[in-house]
Amino acid sequence: MAFTRVSSPHLHRPLSTHQVMRYVILATLPGLAALTWVFGWGSLINVVIASLAGLAFEAAVLMLRKRNPVPALKDNSALLTCVLLGLALPPLAPWWLLITGSFVAIVIAKQLYGGLGNNPFNPAMIAYALLLISFPVEMTQWMMPAELLEKRVSLGASLQAVFAGHQQVADAFTMATPLDGFKHKGELMADEYWRQNAFVAEKVWGSWAFVSVGFMLGGLFLLWKKIFTWHIPAAMLGSLALLSAIFYGGDPSNYASPMVHLLSGATMLGAFFIATDPVTAATSNKGKLWFGAGIGVLVYVIRTWGNYPDAVAFSVLLMNFAAPFIDYYTQPRTFGHNKARKGIKRDA
Amino acid sequence: MKSYQEISLDGLWHNNPALVQLLGLCPLLAVTGSVVNALGLGIATILVLVGSNLSVSLIRNYVPEQVRLPAFVMIIASFVTCAELLMQAFTYELYQILGIFIPLIVTNCAILGRADAFASKNPLLPSLVDGIMMGLGFTAVLVLLGAMRELLGQGTLFENMQLLFGPMAENWKIVVFEDYSFLFAILPPGAFVGMGILIAIKNMVDKQLKDKAEKAKNNQPKEKVDRRIRVTG
Repeated sequence: MAFTRVSSPHLHRPLSTHQVMRYVILATLPGLAALTWVFGWGSLINVVIASLAGLAFEAAVLMLRKRNPVPALKDNSALLTCVLLGLALPPLAPWWLLITGSFVAIVIAKQLYGGLGNNPFNPAMIAYALLLISFPVEMTQWMMPAELLEKRVSLGASLQAVFAGHQQVADAFTMATPLDGFKHKGELMADEYWRQNAFVAEKVWGSWAFVSVGFMLGGLFLLWKKIFTWHIPAAMLGSLALLSAIFYGGDPSNYASPMVHLLSGATMLGAFFIATDPVTAATSNKGKLWFGAGIGVLVYVIRTWGNYPDAVAFSVLLMNFAAPFIDYYTQPRTFGHNKARKGIKRDA
Repeated sequence: MKSYQEISLDGLWHNNPALVQLLGLCPLLAVTGSVVNALGLGIATILVLVGSNLSVSLIRNYVPEQVRLPAFVMIIASFVTCAELLMQAFTYELYQILGIFIPLIVTNCAILGRADAFASKNPLLPSLVDGIMMGLGFTAVLVLLGAMRELLGQGTLFENMQLLFGPMAENWKIVVFEDYSFLFAILPPGAFVGMGILIAIKNMVDKQLKDKAEKAKNNQPKEKVDRRIRVTG
C-alpha cells in the first residue's frame, strides 16, 4: 500500500497565537529554574502572583469593555506578559509591587490601547519602568545568591517576606546587583574593584551568568522552533558586545568587559523574550536588525553613562517608539518592483 | 448671540478649556502635583482671563485686525504681571513653588484663545461671563487633577493649604493613607495618565447623556407618527 506516503502539497499550518504564547512561556522555564536555584523561591512567587493578578485584571477589563473574556484569556498573552514581569522584578518583591505592576501592564499598557496587537509598547516593560521610577528602593533590592547565605530561605519565610513584612525579612538577604555595584565603584579602577570584590566577582557574577545562560537556552529553543527570527537577538547582543568590546579594549580600567555586559542584568531575558515581542518590534528583517541594534546601543549607553545600572526596559521602550519609523524606512521590495519603496512617496 | 446660560455651560462643560479644547496643558500638567498648587495657579488664571477678556472686549472696535494678536498678548502680559506681583505680596511661598509657571500664564493658549475667539467679537458683559466661566472650568479641572495626583502620589489631600489661605488652613490636611508614596502620580507621566482618565470620564458622561436624550427623542414621536402601510409599488 502506498497510502502511508505523504504527498504534496506540503502545507504548514501556522501556529496560532495561544500556541506561540505557550511556547514562549515554556521557554522561560530554564531561566525561571535558574533564578529559583540561585536566588531562592522569590522569582517563582513573583511569577505566580503576577500571573493570577494579571489574568484577573484582563478578565475584569474585558468585561468592562463588554467583550467575552474567555478567548482573550485563552490566548495566554496576558499570562506571558505577567510571567515576564514576574521574572524581571526582584525576587521577594512585596506583593503590592506585583499587583501594581500587573495592573499597569494589563490595564494601562495593553487594554487601554485596545488589547493584544494594538499596544505600541511592551506591556511588561511599561510596568517595569513605572515601578522603577515610582518605587526605586523596592526595585533595586535584589536577593543575594543562595550560596552566600548561611542557609537557603525557606518557602515559608519567602512567602512571609512577600506578604507580611518585606523590610524585616528581606533586608538581611539583599544586596546591590553586580551592575549596580560596578556602576558605583567610585574612584576605583576596574581591576582594583575586582580585586577588592573578588568575592562578588566569583560568586555573584557566576550566579548571574548561570541565570543568563538559562534564558539563552530558552531563547535558542524558541529560535529552533521558529517562533521568532534570529535578527533582533543577534543585532541586540551583537551591537552590545561590539560597543563594550571597543570601550573595554580602549580603556579596560574604566569600562566593563563584553562578558559582563552580555551575561549579567537582563541582557539575555531582554534579547530573547522582551525585544522579540512581535507586536511592538519592527516587522521586516532589515527593520528588525535596526531595531535590535538600537536596543543594544541604548542598553550600553544607559548602563555606562546613564543614571540606572541596567537599561533593558528603557531601551526597549525607546525603540518601541521608533519601531513605526523603522518600519516606514525598511519596507521590503515588493515582487515586480525593482526597488523597495523608501521614505515619502511624492508622486503618488 | 448666545445666552448667558449657554456661555456658562460652554465654559464649565461643553467647551471646557482643559478637557475639550485641550488648551493650556503645559501649566495644567506641570503644577497639578497637589491641590494647593493647582488652586493657586487656577486663581491666577481666572484673574488674568477675566481681566484680559474685559479689556479686549472694550478695545475690540479700535484694534485693527492685523495687529490684534500682539495687542492681546500685551494686555495679557500686563495682567499676568499684576497677578505675579499680587502673589509675591500675599502668597510668597506659593509664588516660589509655582515659579516659572506664573509668568508662563502669558503663553497659556486658553487665555489668548478666549480673547481672540470670544472677547474680540462680543460686548463687555458676555465677555466677562465667558472669562469667569472658562476660568472656573479650567480651575475645576486643575483642582480635580491636583487632588487625584496628591491622593494617589502621597496619600494626602489639601496639604500646605496655609500657603494660600493663611494660618487658618494649617490643619486642613487630610491624611488618607499613612506612610504611602507612589512617585509616578506626582511625576509628569502621572499627569498625562490622570488627564487622559479625566477626559475619558467626561466623554463617557457625554455619551450617556446623548444616548438618554436620543432615547427620549425616539420614544416620543413614535406614538404620534401615523403609520401608513405602503400598498403600491
